[in-house]
Amino acid sequence: MSDELLKPDELFAKIDHRPPKTDWMSTPVQIRKGMYCYASNYKSVEYLGLPNARPWNPLDDDWKLPENWQEIIHQGFKERLEKFRSFKIFMDICVRCGACADKCHFFIGTGDPKNMPVIRAELLRSVYRNDFTRMGKILGKIGGARPMGLDVLKEWWYYMFQCTECRRCSVFCPYGIDTAEITIMGRELLNLIGLNIDWIATPVANCYRTGNHLGIQPHAFKGMLDFFVEDVEDLSGINVEPVYNKKGADILFITPSGDVFADPGTYTCMGYLILFHYLKEKYGLDITWSTYASEGGNFGFFTSHETMKRLNAKMYMEAKRLGVKWILGGECGHMWRVINQYMDTVNGPADFLEEPVSPITGTKFENAKSTKMVHIAEFTADLIKHDKLDLDPGRNDNLKVTYHDSCNPARGMGLLEEPRYIIKKVCNNFYEMPANTIREQTFCCGGGAGLNAGEDMELRMAGGLPRANAVKYVHDKYGVNVLSCICAVDRAVFPALMEYWVPEVEVYGMHELVANALILPGEKRTTDLRGEPLPGMEDKADE
Amino acid sequence: MATMIFETLIAKKKAAIIKKWFGEVVDSYPADTSKFLKKQKDPFSNPVGQTTLHGLEAIYDELFKGMDREIIISFLDPIIRIRAIQNFTPSQATGFTFALKKIIDDQLKKEILSKQYTAQFSQLRTRIDELGLIAFDIYMSCREKVLQLKANEARNQTYSAFKRAGLIVEPGDSRAGE
Amino acid sequence: MNQKYIYSLIAVLALFLIAYVGSEAAGLQILFGIILPYLAIIAFLGGFIVRILDWAGSSVPFAIPTTCGQQKSLPWIKPNAIDNPTSTGAVVLRMFFEIVFFRSLFRNTRMGISNGSRVFYKWEIFLWIGSLAFHYSFLTVILRHLRFFIEPVPSAIILLENIDSFFKLEFITHIFQIGLPGFYLSGLILLAAVTYLFLRRIFIPQVKYISLAADFFPLFLIFGIAFSGILMRYVIKVDITAVKELTMGFITFHPVVPKEGISGIFYVHLFFVAILLAYFPFSKLMHMAGVFLSPTRNMANNTRAVRHINPWNYPVPVHTYEEYEDEFREKMIDAGLPVDKMPDEKPEEITADQKKEGKE
Repeated sequence: MSDELLKPDELFAKIDHRPPKTDWMSTPVQIRKGMYCYASNYKSVEYLGLPNARPWNPLDDDWKLPENWQEIIHQGFKERLEKFRSFKIFMDICVRCGACADKCHFFIGTGDPKNMPVIRAELLRSVYRNDFTRMGKILGKIGGARPMGLDVLKEWWYYMFQCTECRRCSVFCPYGIDTAEITIMGRELLNLIGLNIDWIATPVANCYRTGNHLGIQPHAFKGMLDFFVEDVEDLSGINVEPVYNKKGADILFITPSGDVFADPGTYTCMGYLILFHYLKEKYGLDITWSTYASEGGNFGFFTSHETMKRLNAKMYMEAKRLGVKWILGGECGHMWRVINQYMDTVNGPADFLEEPVSPITGTKFENAKSTKMVHIAEFTADLIKHDKLDLDPGRNDNLKVTYHDSCNPARGMGLLEEPRYIIKKVCNNFYEMPANTIREQTFCCGGGAGLNAGEDMELRMAGGLPRANAVKYVHDKYGVNVLSCICAVDRAVFPALMEYWVPEVEVYGMHELVANALILPGEKRTTDLRGEPLPGMEDKADE
Repeated sequence: MATMIFETLIAKKKAAIIKKWFGEVVDSYPADTSKFLKKQKDPFSNPVGQTTLHGLEAIYDELFKGMDREIIISFLDPIIRIRAIQNFTPSQATGFTFALKKIIDDQLKKEILSKQYTAQFSQLRTRIDELGLIAFDIYMSCREKVLQLKANEARNQTYSAFKRAGLIVEPGDSRAGE
Repeated sequence: MNQKYIYSLIAVLALFLIAYVGSEAAGLQILFGIILPYLAIIAFLGGFIVRILDWAGSSVPFAIPTTCGQQKSLPWIKPNAIDNPTSTGAVVLRMFFEIVFFRSLFRNTRMGISNGSRVFYKWEIFLWIGSLAFHYSFLTVILRHLRFFIEPVPSAIILLENIDSFFKLEFITHIFQIGLPGFYLSGLILLAAVTYLFLRRIFIPQVKYISLAADFFPLFLIFGIAFSGILMRYVIKVDITAVKELTMGFITFHPVVPKEGISGIFYVHLFFVAILLAYFPFSKLMHMAGVFLSPTRNMANNTRAVRHINPWNYPVPVHTYEEYEDEFREKMIDAGLPVDKMPDEKPEEITADQKKEGKE
């Protein structure tokens, strides 16, 4: 909802009103409620030792910037042009063909033309031309150049935090220009003068200190998992107690902490516990959780490459300390972009680990032989392929499932078939959403890259509209009532999105579906993980 | 007999009126966006435009049929639901319903002046008013939903419960809470 | 918004006048026929090389391909080798499809069905066709022009010319000849494609919104080049022999300006080409080279199997396990979590902490 209230006589006049056709460069930014996230808490910025920690408010005129902020931005820009060929090339070669324009979920949902990916990049490019190209200096505004100023800075901040770095536009760009890369650079520059959002800065500080985004201390982390163990015992009679910080275990398991604290991710977490228990009992799987490396997600990635590296370092450090053979990673989106494309480069080589081999099937994960980290979808798909799991997909027969490809595993990795294989093996009713909304063309949940706060709910609802629209389609057509996913941010974002757009659809993590179908030896299960009766068990569940 | 003819008339003018009406709705977006909303036909690439167009057509039909509240809601809701989270004031988000009056006045000037269908037009006006009120109801329920979701987000932070229990340290704290 | 193309249009018209008046009235044939073309080539080659070196000078710290298909993981899952390449060969293939067929733009073309039954194609397919038409007709035109720089004309070029003028619009009898001399399709397509690319910048709202003056300038310029070329070939005929004398002199570094047979329109054509060449390295036209260097397209998605090296990877402050355990040791012990050091092993850490606590 817009802030301004109109006078009664303006009401109807306004309905006919067409906004002036001004050039985007001449249209100053208006920071709207519901579309932005709160400014970073200075304590978090300070704890991380990042620049210009101070309380500030985006709605104020004065952003309390350092006096030489323009100089800092200019130098930072220059440094990044030298350090990142991607940045320099993407600044130079865009021909503004417009192929990306209508590919962005934020443009589609908000209708704000500055959310076209090309304009998001032009926000930076206009300054680049002015500061770093001769043509821009000579031609000025005609040449698409403009000097850095407070208005431009505020525009940067507003729109760099209206991009979820989902890379959908990059798929359609004839030169592969990746707006995620532009946004990453834009946010790095903003962080140089202390302009971050709190939903990113505080989780980063927490993660740095306690190992996870929520600031859960080790004993509380264990306490949360203990709750899940009790819950699982209540519904199945089986004790799935995990192992923590075990030295000499075969495998270290790391997953986003979001699944430890918030529904429906908690059910996915129970799913892991059940699967690992099954594998331990049946095949002697030796796997450990860590309270220190208790966060797979990496909001540092939404701050700067350096912060990403600082947070990611824990994974290898902990694997080394515990002396495990390799690392297994849980269901998460951006965590996997970091692991797949960055981790080995920034914190490797992981020569203290072994090339990952499934201890149960003997499968060598050749594709992870250097990073030594395997995605749990790869791990579980391999188990099912080798018939190592005792599955009864009929237990999910009350669910009509569709699957949302998370942006990062889809476009920064290519993990498309493994989850589908698993879901089809554990669910009998599976329906795909339309082709131009899945796989590499998947639409973002609207809350990635650190934008899943509460205060920007309108932005999230708008950004998630294209995804919700596709879910609504399969809901109306096939009666789909489950949106499954392999990302903790999805699990945090989708329940609200579905509640607004398609209230009849619930959100499930993939391993919750696996655990529902997995038959534990000696179990007495009449309900699924959510306490709902299993299909055909309705009578027994009541007892 | 007149009713029959009135209905034929309304059906004949439908395409032109809907086109204008749709134009009114999407023109409330920035000019460049509005053209996109009009042109892009794929419902998955352009949910805003396609939802709106589809809804307006159905609502138009219903205005001359039974004016069934449930049916109206089922088509009006998706349109308002989108506008409730976009950059509109409440009046902008819902006011397009009233725009239909002016469009019909323009498109059926002759017929209105002929006084042949006074009763029908009078009923139509009442129904458009009703439509506006329904739009406002939907708008408010959407806004309430958004606010409720915001509140839920805050509450769901089991985080805060943890904090109260002293289980969480914050970056500013000098030492882990006791 | 109109300003943007008006500026570019005015610029191109001004260039036209300069060349036409300069060569026809002011008699500056040597300037327009020899000096400026040489300078333009120097600017083009120099600028191009500098630009490439500049790009190459920036490092590629991370392997960030955009994956558009299934990854190579388990042996029984079929990977998409082209859209998610893991080997150099596959990357080359991906780049080949990207550069030769504009594969990503092609992705833009989707068929849709509206209102339940009506099938339609979206404008995106026209962008793909338009771009292909533009680039390939331009390439053909350039290759055809090699006949002016090579003597004798290679058979490959003659073959190309024959294909290009396949649809001849002429009647030749032993008595008379009607129609145009072998009409080159490429020139016509180039003109049509440039016009299309211009019109979409005017009429498609998003594209209009994002267009800069720098997007219109090369379009007008290329239109001018194609138009003047067509004019020379079919309407205001120039003496081909004289032109070839000039071009051969140019390429062999024995520049001459033929006294007769070359009109002002030729110098306009040449001047436009010179401007395009000189402008090229400093503009978005460098996408021609940049596309080869785009890290989201030219890298393999094998970073979990082969470590990518970041040349400027530097150590960063990290929060170590030891620091973590020092902060939470007692709570970990209480919760039954294993610790590396028992409290009494290293009392000074705790004391330091307690001291700090005491002060507050």
